[in-house]
Amino acid sequence: MMYATRARQAHAEPFAIRVSLAERLGLAHMDWPLTIAALALAAFSVFTLGQATVDDVPGSPRYFVDRQAIYCVLGIVGMLLLTRIDYSRFRELRVGIYTFLCVSVSLVFVFGFAARGSRRAFEFPFFSFQPSELGKLLLVLALAGFVIDGARRGSERQRTLRYLCLGLGPAALVFLQPDLGTSLVFVVATLAVMYFGGVPWTHFAFIGSTLVVLIALVLVAAPTVGAPILKGYQEERLTSFLNPDEHASGAGYQQNQSVVAIGSGQETGRGDRATQTRLDFVPERHTDFIFAVIGERYGFMGAAFVLSLYALLFWRALKIVTLSKNSYGTLVAGGIAVSLLFQVFVNVGMNLGIMPITGIPLPLMSYGGSSVLATFLAIGVLQSINVQAHLAQKGRFAW
Amino acid sequence: MYLRSGDRPAASPRIALRTAVLGGVAVALFAVLFFRLWNLQVLSGDEYLAEAKNNRTREFKVIAPRGDILDREGNVLVDNRTSLALQLNMQKLAADPVEQRAELARIGDLADMSLRKVRRTIRESEEVAAGAPVTLRKDVDYDLVYYLEENQRQFPGISVQRVFVRAYPNETRAAHVVGSVGEVSEEELKEPRYEHLEPGDEVGKGGVEYTYDRYLRGEPGLTKIQVNALGQPTPGGQLVSEPPVPGDNLKLTIDPDVQSAGESALASRGLPGAFVTMNVHDGQILGMGSSPTFDPSVFTRPMTQAQVNALYRDPVSAPLTNRATESYYPTGSTFKIITALAALEGGVITPSTSIFDAGSLTVGTQSFQNAGGASYGPLTLVPALEVSSDVFFYELGWKMWDSGELQRWAAKLGIGKESGLDLPGETEGLVPSRRWRNQLYKEGETDRPWSAGDNIQLATGQGDLQTNPLQLAIAYAALGNDGAIVTPHVGMEVEDAAGRVLKEFDPKPRRRFHIDPAHGAAIMEGLHQAAQGPQGTSYGIFGGFPVEVAGKTGTAQRPPHADQSWYAVLAPYPDPRIVTVVTMEEGGFGAESAAPAALQILEAYFDKHASSVSASGTGLAE
Repeated sequence: MMYATRARQAHAEPFAIRVSLAERLGLAHMDWPLTIAALALAAFSVFTLGQATVDDVPGSPRYFVDRQAIYCVLGIVGMLLLTRIDYSRFRELRVGIYTFLCVSVSLVFVFGFAARGSRRAFEFPFFSFQPSELGKLLLVLALAGFVIDGARRGSERQRTLRYLCLGLGPAALVFLQPDLGTSLVFVVATLAVMYFGGVPWTHFAFIGSTLVVLIALVLVAAPTVGAPILKGYQEERLTSFLNPDEHASGAGYQQNQSVVAIGSGQETGRGDRATQTRLDFVPERHTDFIFAVIGERYGFMGAAFVLSLYALLFWRALKIVTLSKNSYGTLVAGGIAVSLLFQVFVNVGMNLGIMPITGIPLPLMSYGGSSVLATFLAIGVLQSINVQAHLAQKGRFAW
Repeated sequence: MYLRSGDRPAASPRIALRTAVLGGVAVALFAVLFFRLWNLQVLSGDEYLAEAKNNRTREFKVIAPRGDILDREGNVLVDNRTSLALQLNMQKLAADPVEQRAELARIGDLADMSLRKVRRTIRESEEVAAGAPVTLRKDVDYDLVYYLEENQRQFPGISVQRVFVRAYPNETRAAHVVGSVGEVSEEELKEPRYEHLEPGDEVGKGGVEYTYDRYLRGEPGLTKIQVNALGQPTPGGQLVSEPPVPGDNLKLTIDPDVQSAGESALASRGLPGAFVTMNVHDGQILGMGSSPTFDPSVFTRPMTQAQVNALYRDPVSAPLTNRATESYYPTGSTFKIITALAALEGGVITPSTSIFDAGSLTVGTQSFQNAGGASYGPLTLVPALEVSSDVFFYELGWKMWDSGELQRWAAKLGIGKESGLDLPGETEGLVPSRRWRNQLYKEGETDRPWSAGDNIQLATGQGDLQTNPLQLAIAYAALGNDGAIVTPHVGMEVEDAAGRVLKEFDPKPRRRFHIDPAHGAAIMEGLHQAAQGPQGTSYGIFGGFPVEVAGKTGTAQRPPHADQSWYAVLAPYPDPRIVTVVTMEEGGFGAESAAPAALQILEAYFDKHASSVSASGTGLAE
């Protein structure tokens, strides 16, 4: 942005003598639909938490609301800051980013705070931080850099293999925490960057078929020979959605309750009579199952509204992919867009009972500082790509 | 810097293609989500709403232990023990009737009950509280519990619940006073005192368990457990847990030594009867017992038919009846103090008025004899009481036959009146009067109107008089406390678990009346002579008792039964602190069975209080 502004000042334009305030703040070339979708989702999240979690923490009815509001404000500030920075710099910092990513994800094993049998987050005095959430963005930023950089080195196969290794390394670390959901996001983000990096279709076909074989091995073959790779609950969660009634009291139970919750919301929702989510039938209602809360409380109107906002968000993200001034931007935007799409689909699908329970939060809606912050930062990067693209166009136009 | 090596013009055809493909995928994915959402909420919303409404939290009550009942010295009369109860949750049984029958049969084998009995228990329980777990058997032993845990699958819906059961460490001790507990009945639930109770709750069914139920009961706790649509508790789904508040302890006025002496005195003679010992000044009941008695613990487990018969179907022994308060008899000569008081206060006689006892009194065609055919010659009040001359009192009864004075004084002294005792089951009794008999005569219930003979009978505590040991004790107490009709009570204090007193019971006297001190003293002297004078009717019993007392024998005629033995005694004389009344059905003369029993009770009391008696100077004899 700085460079661009200078360039513009060097070629004084007769019609733009004053630099507007919006331009100074870096807001001028933000993608407004994207911003509005993100802000609306965050606001709706705070609103929903405010209504649905009053009784969750005894004595402090605003426990989740206040915290989520703070996370959102921090996220928005972070987004605005990133908007003003030229994302292209992250390409130069790729090795540092990648190293930071791997180290922070690994450090969880040492200093991490164990919650429900898995170490995912660092515990600080007033908050906890889950590095793998920010890792989704870091992985995209670093991997896109590696892809651009190594675009002319080695054969196509070697390159594909290299990208895969770079992406799957951190994914494996996260998987071992164990955090199956986030590691899947890492894998998908890796594939997305490769996809926009021009990896041939045939390679994807090969990767796809390998994945199918792997899944078959993990879920069917390994347990039968007595060497399970997934933890029991992970496997049960992954498979129970296929026949939830059979697991009505186990893993499928949560999902069954979530489906009942959403269904019972009907067209307009049950408001405060939303027993399913209010009375703890649906677990983790402020995090993984917040979509069920929305579905039950606000009905089809509310749930469809939220889905529409995500559709809008993804559409704008895709638009930014095509607008980007350079390939790095395209790859980064593509990676971010796909990982957002993936998270939304898997989480909402899980709430609707058509996807397995993987513990992936709903971006911007689920309660949680790390997730909210990381998502806003990712949107900030998208904004930066958009701003840079507009400035570059203007710059070219000015020439 | 601006155009770097990696930079290329945006949106190359390849990127555009790949973006378009991704866009297509995204459209498809969002379409799937929207379609699913539409399907769930709009197309099948009704079903899910019904399911959600069916999806309830189930509330489980956590029973609060009832408070302990203690005697005045803090010894436990009633406390609790925990017991294991076998409960059946009907919802978990198979829906198919054949399968359900097999399950119930298995469960019956387990609980040692026939299939019919299991079904009956379920039906009875469903009538009271449909849907609640059915308690099949209480007091199951641990072997059964272990077996159940190992074979849980065979017994769907069976669970073991820890319940509190009343425990009676002294078995029959003060059984009629403490009473028993049982499940609240449907009728009781409609009463305001059981307002917040639910079917299945235990409440006091008699004795202080009933009267002081609200202190003893405590507050049940609540555990809310979320259940799924099948009614099964979900793992980790305990939502709210309010701990139960245990009931407060109740301390009674019962003195352990007096109580046990009274009970053993009754038991040793094996006759139906009762005793009551009361503080004459404040109405505290130090001891109260009735024979035959019962062990309240029979109500804590299922009763056999034999037990049911013994408790409920035997009108003669009627062990559940508290004969001290719920049975009504004529009192024989113990009533004479009332006749004496009425005559003195009514101005019929003075303490020095002499009446000639010729052995019988003839009024019209009726002749009234002294007991045992004795004749004592000229008598004033004191010797008349000492020897228990009937003729002396027949005279008084005859003189007052038309005035209603005797009935008025009987009423003043609480005879034929509810006493206000804090135990259920009391009724008034009867003091026969002109109005009463004439009313009966008018209704054709009897063959004659009121006559002098009725009053003559009443003057010696015979005939139609219906009163109980407690009323007599209150009347005697009034003599010893200058005319206060105390409110008898067995409840002394309510204490919390830590022993802090939350409430004290000290009911005021119900009424007071004036007794001329000279009259009171004359009657007291007469009673003292009767007990400890050489001519006294109970001299043989109390003559050697170291504490001076004032006591009167009574022998009530209850045809077709044999005579009923009575003894009423105030002690120490002349400033009594306690009154004891004993009666024994078919016990013969007062001195024969009731007086020795009263002596046993007084011995127990004064063994403990001897020092205070001598210190106060109220007089140890000799």
